Amino acid sequence: MAIDAEQVRRIAHLARIGLAADEADRYIGDLESILTMVERMHGVTTAGVAPLAHPIDVGQPLRPDRVTETDQRDAYQADAPAVANGFYLVPRVVE
Amino acid sequence: MNMPRNGFPDTLVTAARALASGDFSSHELVSDCLARIEAGRHLNAFVSVDAERALAAASAADRRPADERGPLNGLPIAIKDIFCQTGVRTTAGSRMLENWRAPYDATVIERLTAAGAVLLGKTNMDEFAMGSSGENSYFGATRNPWNDRHVPGGSSSGSAAAVAAGMVPAALGTDTGGSIRQPAAFCGLTGLKPTYGRVSRWGMIAFASSLDQAGPMAWDADDLALLLNVMAGVDRRDSTSVDEVVPDYTAGLTTSIRGLRIGLPDDLLGDDVGAEVRATVEATRRVFEGLGATIVPVALPTALAGVPAYYVLAPAEASANLARFDGVRFGHRCADPKSLEDLYLRSRSEGFGAEVKRRILTGTYALSVGYYDAYYLQAQKIRRLIRDEFLAAFTQVDAILAPTTPSPAFALGEKTDDPVSMYLQDVFTIPANLAGIPGLSMPAGMSGDLPLGVQLLGPHFGEGTLLTLAHAFQQETDHHLRRPGAAA
Amino acid sequence: MSQWETVIGLEVHVQLATASKIFSGAPNRFGAEPNRQASAVDLGLPGVLPVLNEAVVHMAIRFGLAVDAEIAPVTQFARKNYFYPDLPKGYQISQLDHPIVGRGHLDIIVAGKDGDTVKTVGITRAHLEEDAGKSIHDQVPGLTAVDLNRAGTPLLEIVSEPDLRSSAEAVAYLRELHAIIRDLGISDGNMNEGSMRCDANVSIRPRGEEKLGTRTEIKNLNSFRYLEKAIEFEVERQQEILEAGGRIKQETRLYDSERNETRSMRSKEEAEDYRYFPDPDLLPVTITPAQIEAVRAAMPELPRARRERFVQQYGLSTYDSRMVASDHGTAAYFEACVAVAGDAKLTANWVMGELASVLNREEKEIGAAPVSPEALGTLISRILDDTISSKIAKTVFEIMVTEGGGADAIIEARGLRQMSDSGELERLVDSVVADNPDQVAQYRAGKTKLLGYFVGQIMKATGGKANPGQLNELLRARLDGDT
Repeated sequence: MAIDAEQVRRIAHLARIGLAADEADRYIGDLESILTMVERMHGVTTAGVAPLAHPIDVGQPLRPDRVTETDQRDAYQADAPAVANGFYLVPRVVE
Repeated sequence: MNMPRNGFPDTLVTAARALASGDFSSHELVSDCLARIEAGRHLNAFVSVDAERALAAASAADRRPADERGPLNGLPIAIKDIFCQTGVRTTAGSRMLENWRAPYDATVIERLTAAGAVLLGKTNMDEFAMGSSGENSYFGATRNPWNDRHVPGGSSSGSAAAVAAGMVPAALGTDTGGSIRQPAAFCGLTGLKPTYGRVSRWGMIAFASSLDQAGPMAWDADDLALLLNVMAGVDRRDSTSVDEVVPDYTAGLTTSIRGLRIGLPDDLLGDDVGAEVRATVEATRRVFEGLGATIVPVALPTALAGVPAYYVLAPAEASANLARFDGVRFGHRCADPKSLEDLYLRSRSEGFGAEVKRRILTGTYALSVGYYDAYYLQAQKIRRLIRDEFLAAFTQVDAILAPTTPSPAFALGEKTDDPVSMYLQDVFTIPANLAGIPGLSMPAGMSGDLPLGVQLLGPHFGEGTLLTLAHAFQQETDHHLRRPGAAA
Repeated sequence: MSQWETVIGLEVHVQLATASKIFSGAPNRFGAEPNRQASAVDLGLPGVLPVLNEAVVHMAIRFGLAVDAEIAPVTQFARKNYFYPDLPKGYQISQLDHPIVGRGHLDIIVAGKDGDTVKTVGITRAHLEEDAGKSIHDQVPGLTAVDLNRAGTPLLEIVSEPDLRSSAEAVAYLRELHAIIRDLGISDGNMNEGSMRCDANVSIRPRGEEKLGTRTEIKNLNSFRYLEKAIEFEVERQQEILEAGGRIKQETRLYDSERNETRSMRSKEEAEDYRYFPDPDLLPVTITPAQIEAVRAAMPELPRARRERFVQQYGLSTYDSRMVASDHGTAAYFEACVAVAGDAKLTANWVMGELASVLNREEKEIGAAPVSPEALGTLISRILDDTISSKIAKTVFEIMVTEGGGADAIIEARGLRQMSDSGELERLVDSVVADNPDQVAQYRAGKTKLLGYFVGQIMKATGGKANPGQLNELLRARLDGDT
């Protein structure tokens, strides 16, 4: 399974993982060997088999429409990297 | 009764009996555990030791009136650092959460606490449960108490090492592809991955949501039954937890196994299984036959394709589950981000270790445009084949006997440069996660100074049968009574 | 007629009016202090899990039934992956392959030169998803402030077929949807607060061409007017480009209401790869025929049925019926009003005329009208029983709006009761005929338009209180008969 630097850069960007140049080289090799192993899957005949997302065949339970949560902002923001006036802060986003 | 050191028993059931008859107090027992944790620091089994609160909880348990005592009153338990717990940091073995304090308790933490358990601290683990050796922790590798040049297995590495070293009678782990069973096998313990949906995932930091399941690790089946009684049951906060009756697993332990049918899958005993492991499975089979069980061959032709399927599905789910670690609301944020993009890229690059990044990249690739059908959907189809083969097998047999791992614990550093050879460690454990069925690993032999385990697999919600079989086996054999160093 | 044909499809996001959020027990309310109603689940803290709110499922089924759509027997949630500060988990829980509402359709009324026409607009699907939070760019200098109160608000995204051919059709479609969701009680539809938001996919093609042109997606259309303006701007922009030999770039554009233009969104420049996959935290939701029937049995009357009923029951014209029956609030007001007033046509005129202009002037919803429907009904009934003229009624109505009080009290207090005493009116007619011999002569010579002059004289003398019908009759009899 061949994978090139451009593909790794694209995936890393989709996943927002910053990669230094030497790291990118290493991940190319790693991903190639992982994907080669994964390709063994293609030896299995799956024609007519439906994909399985959940191992147990049960339905989704529904929650009654009631408010059960109270304001926990202080607790939730206690370990936040940057907050002001109750807002979470990030570098300026340009629309 | 097994009393290895200082006169304190090292299983929950025996300790509970001794506490009840007043041989010692929970405070004394917990103090001894804390001393052993301290003495075993080089094993790096714990990320955080919660000594003060543990001693306070032990004293409270000692003072608790008899009629208010839960089934785990005063019993020390260690928690894999993937479960959210208030009052102590919850790291998932990651720099990303190095200093994160969860504002809530996981459901299993609530249940253990309500049953009177004394929680000693948080055990080391492969970062975000991604690993099979315990070497992928930001807080350093955990060592195997049987031989500290070897790995304890992973990802529940610290839990396995803590129990095996006698620091604590039992610990919680999680198992996404073998992370309870493989370290249990490497450390001479009995460990159970319950049916998917048996135990609530609320408050358990997700790796791969459709595969993750919490379970107990201890020396023997009796302790697992005691813990599972407390842990199991539906939770309205976890949509995937199943509203299925929870039997009394302890009461079911002594049920006769005579007449039970145990499947032996040739598909899982091929050439890649080492001679020692094969011999161990064979010996185990003879014990069960001697106990009156019938051994029948079963076919699991797709099971070995589980590894490639798993290494698509688990990373795919993980790539989304770990997107929330973005340096905005909690967790690691890089210094002086220049832009939003910079904030994301550096926070995540600095916060995650190499294996986590590898899996996020693999999963992102598998889900991306042009690859989804060939990778993700094909893996899900294989998942169905594997599950259906198990369901078919369980119309013929009550349980399946298989190896837990291809070999005993390997040396530290042996596989760190080769991710794929590390992944293949999970070849026998992964099928149960894909199928959502319960799996139990129990010690069944030795390879030099290192233990060997075998695995029992059961139908959905068939934990009771697995525990009964393991209990019967352990009544007949003494593998579960071996302790590190004792043989040397 | 232009050589270009406009093709529009709308994606409408409707915030559902539940008590709690779609996947958490946090309150679903507008306007709280930042992050005070963002629960652990809404914030995507480690270890949390979503649980689906049953009310959103019921609301989606209600909507599906209202547009004659297929309701999925099994519906599934998926994760849509992208990074943005107001998207806490790094993915949005949405639906892709098995949306809860399948193909349906909606009839809209398009006003044209030759009267109204009914057009059927295809609805491709409607699916459930969670709303994101808000990024605020002017709160802290140099930084973006993130408020996640809105995160996890239930949304129903309604996707139309590209069946709309003009900004007017797009607006008519959006108005009909707005009316329906309010009738169904599934949303307040408040566009100012973002309860209903609209994205428009706009393209143009040469008339007669089958193939669709390259489309742009315009975001941020939070009023009917902006929808209309943005489409008009965008169509013109695309025409200019194509007529100059250029090509349309497929892109996301933002409508800037202050400058009345659309512009490319830089943050959306790169092609997204959302990597949808089934959400492993949420199991498939099964919807049984019995559940659907239970919802159907509790369906309220919808705009189309109500319009037909108003024609049948009240004898309104289709035009009047469309005007008063389309909107839930207006229809309710009309029905309460006509119950007191008695005359449907006159009531409809008042609701569409005087009342509408007051609401417009005071920027009020009909639910907050300054005059109750019963009070207006009483006023109208005073026209019908000849207590006051229509003209005086307008004066009375204005007093009711500005000073309050009932029609009868105002009429009495101000002495506005109209003069219908024929003896008194005859005396007035006599005196005006006597005082204006020249005009009488001209009238009788054939200049009958002078009748208005005599009416005016008498109205002036009575302060407008003379019963105009009766007065006309008396004047005619006097002028025409007495030769």
